[in-house]
Amino acid sequence: MSNKEEITLTIDGKQVSVEKGTTILEAAKKVNIDIPTLCFLKEINEAGDCRMCVVEVEGRRGFATSCIQKAEEGMVVKTNTPNVIEARKMVLDLTLSNHERDCLTCSRNGNCELQDLCIKYHVQNVEYEGERTEHEIDDASPSIVRNFNKCILCRRCISTCKKVQEIGAIDCAGRGFESSVSTTYNDSLKDVDCTFCGQCILSCPTGALQEKESIEDVWKKLRDPETYVIVQTAPAVRVALGEEFGMPIGTNVKGKMVTALKELGFDKVFDTNTGADLTIMEEANEFIERLQNGGTLPMITSCSPGWVRFAEKNYGELLGHLSSCKSPHQMFGAILKSYFAEKYRIDRNKICTVSVMPCIAKKYECSRPEMEVDGVRDVDYVITTRELAKMIKQANIEFTELEDNDFEDPMGEASGAGAIFGTTGGVMEAAIRTAVDTLENKSIDKIEYKEVRGEKGIKEATLNVAGKEIKIAVASGLANARKIMEQIKENKSPYHFVEIMACPGGCVVGGGQPIKSSKTRSAVDVRKLRADSIYAIDEKSKIRKSHENPFIKKLYDEYLEKPGSHLSHKYLHTKYNAKAKYDI
Amino acid sequence: MEEKCVDKKVREETKEILEKHPREKDQLIMVLNDVQEKYGYIPKQSQLVISEYLSMPMAEIYGVITFYSRFTLSPKGKYNIAVCLGTACFVKGSEKILDRVKQKLGIDVGQTTPDGKFSIDATRCIGACGLAPVFTVNDEVYGKATVQMVDEVIEKYQKM
Amino acid sequence: MKSLEEINQIREQKRKELDLRVNLKANTREKHILVCRGTGCTSSKSPVIIDTFRKLIEEKHIENVKVIQTGCFGLCAKGPIVIIRPEDTFYAMVTPDDCEEIINTHIVEGKLVERLLCKDIDESVVHSLDELSFYKKQKRIALKNCGVINPESIDEYIAFDGYKALEKVLTSMSQDEVIEEISKSGLRGRGGAGFPTGKKWSFTKMAEGDQKYVVCNADEGDPGAFMDRSILEGDPHCVIEAMMIAGYAIGADKGYIYVRAEYPIAVHRFQVAIDQAREYGILGKNIWNTGFNFDLEIRLGAGAFVCGEETALLESIEGRRGQPRLKPPYPANAGLWGKPTLINNVETYANITKIILNGADWYNSIGTETSKGTKVFALGGNVVNVGLVEVPMGTTLREIVFDIGGGIPGGKEFKAAQTGGPSGGCIPKEHLDTPIDYESLSSIGSMMGSGGLIVMDDTKCMVNLAKFYLGFTVDESCGKCTPCRIGTKRMLEILTKICDGEGTESDIEKLETLAKNISKASVCGLGQTAPNPVLSTLKYFKDEYKAHVVDKKCPAGECKALASITINPELCKGCGICKRNCPVDAITGEVKQAHKINPEICIKCGSCVEKCPFKAISK
Repeated sequence: MSNKEEITLTIDGKQVSVEKGTTILEAAKKVNIDIPTLCFLKEINEAGDCRMCVVEVEGRRGFATSCIQKAEEGMVVKTNTPNVIEARKMVLDLTLSNHERDCLTCSRNGNCELQDLCIKYHVQNVEYEGERTEHEIDDASPSIVRNFNKCILCRRCISTCKKVQEIGAIDCAGRGFESSVSTTYNDSLKDVDCTFCGQCILSCPTGALQEKESIEDVWKKLRDPETYVIVQTAPAVRVALGEEFGMPIGTNVKGKMVTALKELGFDKVFDTNTGADLTIMEEANEFIERLQNGGTLPMITSCSPGWVRFAEKNYGELLGHLSSCKSPHQMFGAILKSYFAEKYRIDRNKICTVSVMPCIAKKYECSRPEMEVDGVRDVDYVITTRELAKMIKQANIEFTELEDNDFEDPMGEASGAGAIFGTTGGVMEAAIRTAVDTLENKSIDKIEYKEVRGEKGIKEATLNVAGKEIKIAVASGLANARKIMEQIKENKSPYHFVEIMACPGGCVVGGGQPIKSSKTRSAVDVRKLRADSIYAIDEKSKIRKSHENPFIKKLYDEYLEKPGSHLSHKYLHTKYNAKAKYDI
Repeated sequence: MEEKCVDKKVREETKEILEKHPREKDQLIMVLNDVQEKYGYIPKQSQLVISEYLSMPMAEIYGVITFYSRFTLSPKGKYNIAVCLGTACFVKGSEKILDRVKQKLGIDVGQTTPDGKFSIDATRCIGACGLAPVFTVNDEVYGKATVQMVDEVIEKYQKM
Repeated sequence: MKSLEEINQIREQKRKELDLRVNLKANTREKHILVCRGTGCTSSKSPVIIDTFRKLIEEKHIENVKVIQTGCFGLCAKGPIVIIRPEDTFYAMVTPDDCEEIINTHIVEGKLVERLLCKDIDESVVHSLDELSFYKKQKRIALKNCGVINPESIDEYIAFDGYKALEKVLTSMSQDEVIEEISKSGLRGRGGAGFPTGKKWSFTKMAEGDQKYVVCNADEGDPGAFMDRSILEGDPHCVIEAMMIAGYAIGADKGYIYVRAEYPIAVHRFQVAIDQAREYGILGKNIWNTGFNFDLEIRLGAGAFVCGEETALLESIEGRRGQPRLKPPYPANAGLWGKPTLINNVETYANITKIILNGADWYNSIGTETSKGTKVFALGGNVVNVGLVEVPMGTTLREIVFDIGGGIPGGKEFKAAQTGGPSGGCIPKEHLDTPIDYESLSSIGSMMGSGGLIVMDDTKCMVNLAKFYLGFTVDESCGKCTPCRIGTKRMLEILTKICDGEGTESDIEKLETLAKNISKASVCGLGQTAPNPVLSTLKYFKDEYKAHVVDKKCPAGECKALASITINPELCKGCGICKRNCPVDAITGEVKQAHKINPEICIKCGSCVEKCPFKAISK
C-alpha cells in the first residue's frame, strides 16, 4: 500500500486514479491510452520540446504537455481532439521538412521513432518544405558516426551525455532554426571529451547517431579464403541479440547465435567469457599482489574502454589505480594470435579476429596502438550486437528457427564467472570468487555476492577474507565513476578494489546493444531483464569460478605459466597514458 | 612559438577576469561578457580556461556563446559597422542602408573583409530612434542615414 | 551608513536646493542647465555639450550656474535637448557649437536664443516645456523623475521623495498591507501580458521556500522600444526602491536585475545607484534597524530577445542558454534555482513607490475600468515627434499619434500603427479611436506589449512588415520547440516568396494554418505570439496580400521584386539629380532631356524617387 495521496482524473472519458505527482502521460498509460512522444525519454529527457505529446485539458487555455505536466484531481483530459491531431501532424510535417529523408537506406529504417509516428499519423507528404540545415557528417572517430542531417533536435543524446554520464561532450549550439547538437566548435568526437560510451546512440530516436560500422570489412575477410577468421562474442551479446529478431528482451540465444556465426562462415566461434576467465586470473592475481605488497589501492578494473578513455582524459595523474589487465576480448585476441596460432599451426598473420561486442568503445579500444604484440593486432574488428544482427539478416538466415550449438572446443569453455562480466558488479563478483579462494587457499562455498548486484549506481561491500577486511565498490555510469575518482583524488577513498563500467548498468545496456524505443524503456527495465538472463546462465553453469575452468588451467600449464608471468605481461597486460581532454 | 605565447597571455588574462567573479557556474555569462569586451571576441584559449575554472564542459560553453548574439567566436574588423534594424529604423528604410553597406564592402552580416578592416553587424534598436535610420562605426553614431552617407562614411574609413 | 534621520535631513535640505527644477517661480539666483544624457541624445553628442558648457562656465568664471546631466525628456526627435531652469527654456537640436551662444546670450545677457527654441507641430515657437503639445496629454508617473534629476545622484533622488515609500513600508506597513495596497491600485504587469501585479506578489509571498528572490526584467527586447532603458537611465533608484518594497512584501532578501549588455549607460547608472544605496546603508543588512535585509545584483544579458520571457530570463541568470521552461510551475513557486521568485519589469516597478506614497485610490482613479494608471510608449516610425510618452490608460491611439506625436511627416497618410512589437499586431486607420488598454488592444488583434508603438505611413507594405517581424522572430527563436524553431522559419519563407512575387493564393492559406498551429503548440510566449504580426496584417490588409500573389503588385511599392521604377517623361526636366544619386548608374539621359532608367541595372533602392525635385519618378 502506498501512503501517497491518490487523485482521480478523467482521460478521454475514462476515469483513472493515480498517485499524486504522476504525469498525464503515465496516467493515460494506466487506461491503455498511448499518447505519442518523441523527445521524451523517461527520467533522462523530460523537456516537452517536441510538442508531440500535447493534449487538451478542460478549462485550460492552450495545450498541456502531457510528458511533464502532472495529473490533477478532477482534471478532464482529451488526448485526441481534432485540434491536438492537427498540431501533432504539423509538428511531424515541420520535423520532416528539415530531416534527411533517405529512410529506406537509413541504419534505423524499421526502428525509428519518427518513422513510427509518421506511419501512425499517416503523413503522406510534406506540406511545408523549405530550407534545410546542413551538417557535415562526422565519421572521424573509430566508434561513432554523427549525421545531424537526420537530427530532429529532441536532445535526448544531450541529456544522456550531460545528465546521466555527466560528460557533456555534446550540447545544443546556435539558436532558432540554426540550432544543432554540437561538440565544442563542432569538432569531431574523437578530439573532444567524448568517451565513446555510445549511450547517445541508444537514446537517439532516428539515425542521427550510429556506430561506425565494420560489417563490410568483416564480409570481405569472410569471403577471403586465405584468411582464417575467428569470432568471439561478449557475454552480454547473447542475452540481447534475439531482440533484433523479435524475441523477448533478455532471451538467451547463445545456441542460435553460435549456429548463425558458423553459418556466416567464421572458421572458429569462441566465447569471450573464456577471455573473461583469463582476465580474472590476471586481475585477481594483480589485486592480491597490490594488497600484499603495498601497491596502489584501490585497484580499479579496466575492462571498460569507455571508462579507460574517461580516466585517461580526466584523471591522468591517477592512472596507476587502473589494473594493467587488458579487457577480456583483447586478452583473448592476443591468445588466439599466439597460443592458438602456434598450437594449431596457423600463420598468425593470416588470422583475423573479430569481436562481437555490446559496446562501441571496443571499436576504439581495438584500434589503440597499445593493443598489439610484436606488430600483430590483438583484435582486428569489433562489431556490435546490432551489426551482427544485420549480418545475419543479410545472409538470409532465419534466426529464430535455428537449432542450438555450442562454442567450439578447445577454447569454448567458460565459467559462470565469465558470463556475469556482462553486467555491472559481474567483474567484481567474478574476481572475488577467485581472489577469496586464493587468499583463503581453499575453495570457499560462497559463490554469489548479491551485495554487488543490482541497479544502484555505486554499490559497496566489506568482505572478511583470511582475517582481513577488504572494502570493495562497484560503480556503473561515468557520473558515478567521477564520484569514485574524486574521492581518490582527495585521498578519501576507503576502498581496496573497485569495479567501474562506463555504461550505467554495465555491458547489457552498452552502446552497441539493440536500441529500445522510449516507449519500451518507459515500460520495462531492459537492464534487469538482460542481467537476470546473465545471472541465470551463471547459476546453471557447472563451473562458476574462473580458476576452476579447465581450459584456463591448461593455458597456464602449457603456455603462460602463471598469472603475472613474463608472457602474461607480454600478451595480456597494457599501459595507459594521460590524454588531453580536448585535442583542439 | 609566437602563437603559443599569445595563447599563454590569453590564458593568464582570462584567469584574471575569472578571479573577479565568484567561482559559480551562474557566472558564465558575466565572465563571457567581460572576455568579449576585452578581445572583441571569445578566444578558444579563454574557453578552455573557463571550462576548467567553472568545471563546465567546453560544449556547454560553446552552446552558450553561440546562443547569445553579443558573443562572437572570431575577431571583428577594425571598423565594425552596425546597422540598426530596430522597427523604428526599419520603418525609415534601414534595409536600404544595410544593403548598401553590404554591397559597398562585398561582405555579409557577421563577416569581416579579408583585410580585417571592416565587419558588418545588424543590430536591434540602439536607442537612437529619434535619429532613425541609424548606423554606427565602432562607437560613432551616424543618424538620419542615407545611401549617400553610407558611401561617404565608408570612404572616409577606407582612407584611415 | 546613514540613519533614517540623516536621510530625512538630506531630503529636506536638498529639496530646497532643487526647488528650481520643478518650480518656475523658485526664489533663487541659481540656474541649472539640464542636458539630456539618455542614449538618444548621447548618440548625438550630448556629453560633448555638457563638457563644453562646463568649460565655458569655468573660463568665464560664471557663478550660480550648474550643468546637470539628466535622463530622457521624451522628445527624442528634438535631441539633443537642453533645458534651462527655473525658467524652463527648451532648446532643441543643440550642437556643441551652440553652447557658447547659449552661455553668452541666455546665461550672461538673460535673453533667449531664438533660433534654438523648440518649435511645436504647428511651427509655433515654444518657450518652455509645458507649452509643447507633445507634453499636454501626457501624465508622468513612471517617468516622474526622468529629466528632472541627475540619475547619478542619490541625494537628488532622495530630495524628490526618494526612499520615502520604503520608509513607510518598513516602518508602518505589514507585508500583507503592502500587497493589499498594490492589489487595490489595479496595477498590472507592464511587460506586456498585463497580469495583476498584486496577485503575483501575493502568490510569491504564499509560496513555500526558505529563500525567495525578487527579479527585475530589464531585458527590453522589442526592436522598437526603449521605455525601460529610459527609466533605468533617468531614475535608477526608483527601481531599486520598488524592488526592496517587493522584497519586503514577499519575504525576499536578494534581488537580481537582468539588463541587456547593449544598454551600457543604463547598466552603469544602475551600478552607480546600487553602490550609492549600499554606501548609505539603504541596501544591506538590518536596514534602518528594521531587521530587513536586502541586496541587489546586476546580471547582464547578451543579446537574446527570448530572455525577456521570464523563465528564459531565469535560465540566463543561472548562466545557461536562455531557453524557456515549461509552465507550470510558475516562477512564483519555482523560479531562480527552483526558489519562489517574483519577476516584474522595469516600468511596473517604476509605479510602485508612487502607489505606496499616494495611495491605491489615487492610482486607481487614473485609467480605465480594467487598466489602471499610465503606460509609457516608445513612439517611433513615421511620426513627427519620435520619443517617449507616458499617457493615462484609455488615451486613444489617435491622441497619441496626432496630438502628442504630431501626426505623419512629409504630408503622407497614416496607414497603421504597430504595438507589441514582434508579439503584437497592426492597428489600421479604422481603429484609431480605440482607447489604449489591455483588453481593447487584444480585442482588435494586437496587444499592449511592453510599449513599442510604431507608426507607419502609406508607403509601407504590410506584407513586408510582417516579413520583417517574422525575420526577427526566426533570428530570435531559441530553437527549443519544433513549432517555433521550424514553423516560424517556414512562415518567413512563405512571406519572402510572396514579397518576391512568387507567392500563390494557397500560400496565404498555408500561412494561416501554420500561424494558428504555431500559436497553439509552441512552448513559450515568443512562439505563441510570433504569428501575431501575420495574423493581424492578414486580418486588416488581406487585399494587400492578394495584390502580391494575384496581381503581382506591391500597392505600397515597397517590395523591390514587384516594383518597377519609372521616370515620367512629361514631368522630368532633365536636371540630372537622379542620375547623380543613383548608386548603380542605372539612369541615363542628357541634360534638359527626359531621363531613363535601365531596369536591368536598377536595384530599386528608391533614392532617385526621393531625390527628384519634380516628383517625376514613381515606383
